[in-house]
Amino acid sequence: MSGPPQKKPSWLDERFGAGTIEEFLRHKIIPIHRHSIWYYFGGMTLFLFIIQVLTGILLLLYYRPTPNDAFESVQYVMTQVRFGWLIRSVHSWSANLMIFTAFVHMFSVYFLKAYRKPRELTWVTGMLLLFIVMGFGFSGYLLPWNTLAFFATKVGTEMAGSIPIIGKWFLIFLRGGEEVTGATLTRFFGFHVAVLPGLATVLLAFHLLFVQQLGMSLPPGVEKAIAEGREPKRTMPFVPNFFLRDMIGWYAALGVLGALAAIFPWELGAKADPFAAAPAGIRPEWYFLFMFQTLKYLPPKVLFMDGELLGILLFSAAAMVWVAVPFLDRHVGFGRTTRFFTGAGVFVIGYMLVFTWLALR
Amino acid sequence: MSPPEIPEKAGQPGRRWVNILLGGGLAASVVSFLYPAIRYIIPPAVAESTSRSVVAAKADELKRNTGKIFKFGSKPALLVRTADGTFRAFTAVCTHLNCTVQYRDDLHQIWCACHNGLYDLEGRNVSGPPPRPLEVYEAHVQGEDVVVTRSA
Repeated sequence: MSGPPQKKPSWLDERFGAGTIEEFLRHKIIPIHRHSIWYYFGGMTLFLFIIQVLTGILLLLYYRPTPNDAFESVQYVMTQVRFGWLIRSVHSWSANLMIFTAFVHMFSVYFLKAYRKPRELTWVTGMLLLFIVMGFGFSGYLLPWNTLAFFATKVGTEMAGSIPIIGKWFLIFLRGGEEVTGATLTRFFGFHVAVLPGLATVLLAFHLLFVQQLGMSLPPGVEKAIAEGREPKRTMPFVPNFFLRDMIGWYAALGVLGALAAIFPWELGAKADPFAAAPAGIRPEWYFLFMFQTLKYLPPKVLFMDGELLGILLFSAAAMVWVAVPFLDRHVGFGRTTRFFTGAGVFVIGYMLVFTWLALR
Repeated sequence: MSPPEIPEKAGQPGRRWVNILLGGGLAASVVSFLYPAIRYIIPPAVAESTSRSVVAAKADELKRNTGKIFKFGSKPALLVRTADGTFRAFTAVCTHLNCTVQYRDDLHQIWCACHNGLYDLEGRNVSGPPPRPLEVYEAHVQGEDVVVTRSA
């Protein structure tokens, strides 16, 4: 016999072609440099999303989406069902942490200019996913049918309703009628457990496909340093090296979630009463606070426009510009960064932090 | 054997008509599928309550300088008994973003907790973000009841 003995192809290789799956896994490598830590936040967001899917399915076993039953069914989960408090608190905490890690992921991609060519569509799908995640938060907030959620939903949908031309139609679409009622609860339930998960799954598939296809982005500074020979090009395979590190993070996140749920179980509040005054100290979820606070400061009329409409139009315009950043930042390229866009990012983070702080004060 | 000659290519009149008919037919069928779905999404309008007046409270129920939310049709409304003992009624729906307002006995004003809007006891928006005054209803005592009426 001549040559080394041939390895018998695996069951999968026989069917999909030798090495296809191995090749797929080996394709992804992670660059090692001083900003590598930011590569963990996308995976962490994905992990928390999976936690949301699993705990969400568990909550579905008991939850009833009608105004007469919703509050009571969540109360039942919290007080009667064994470990119900744990499942619901983990769902709420994980939701909030997921929004946090999604924002960290988004801003790290922004500042490291990972949106530049050829990753424009990865950025766009990521931004759409961020909006969907906020939609999950907004729709899920109403489901326990408590007072805070009831008024937050009133205000939030009213804001959507003040958009010119389509506003009225959009408000009725969201509320399932003119007012926030049981019809709204049924709709939000449908959005939260069917529409948004469907959209999120499709977008997530594209997002991950793009990441797999294009590989990880190098920040311009690191790229330049490597090109000029000031820094060695170092990488590690995604499987298993980086993936194992990811899993350590996820394992720790599970511990944190369990601890948060046990030490600070999520409040349920008082059942919503459509014929009671809005309680003092009412405010939306923390990730909407900077917008909420801005609306508080805007005067009733700015020139010819209602102040609130101006605020909503400005925030919508800002969001659209943010989605389009890869197409606006024409100057960024190999080893080059753009001061203007970095400055704009610092301004946006600063604005969000200051206004959130003002709202919490 | 040479392949059969194709009489028309894309861009030639016969092919264009086929494309228009096929595309038009397809577009028309898509519209006919989407139209019912879009109409389905928008719920049928609920008949507005036509009753123009309602018993908001018993006359002796409210102390001076207090307020009470009551149901007027499908919407909340606010009955205030002022410090001098007169009754006033307003819609309780804030003109800013639709929250339900309340009477503040410390300020003698109507307050919206959502964005800190204030109205005076004529319903006028006096501070904060509300862009318009509250709709004012008529409140009068009929026997033991306080009856609130909206004009037209």
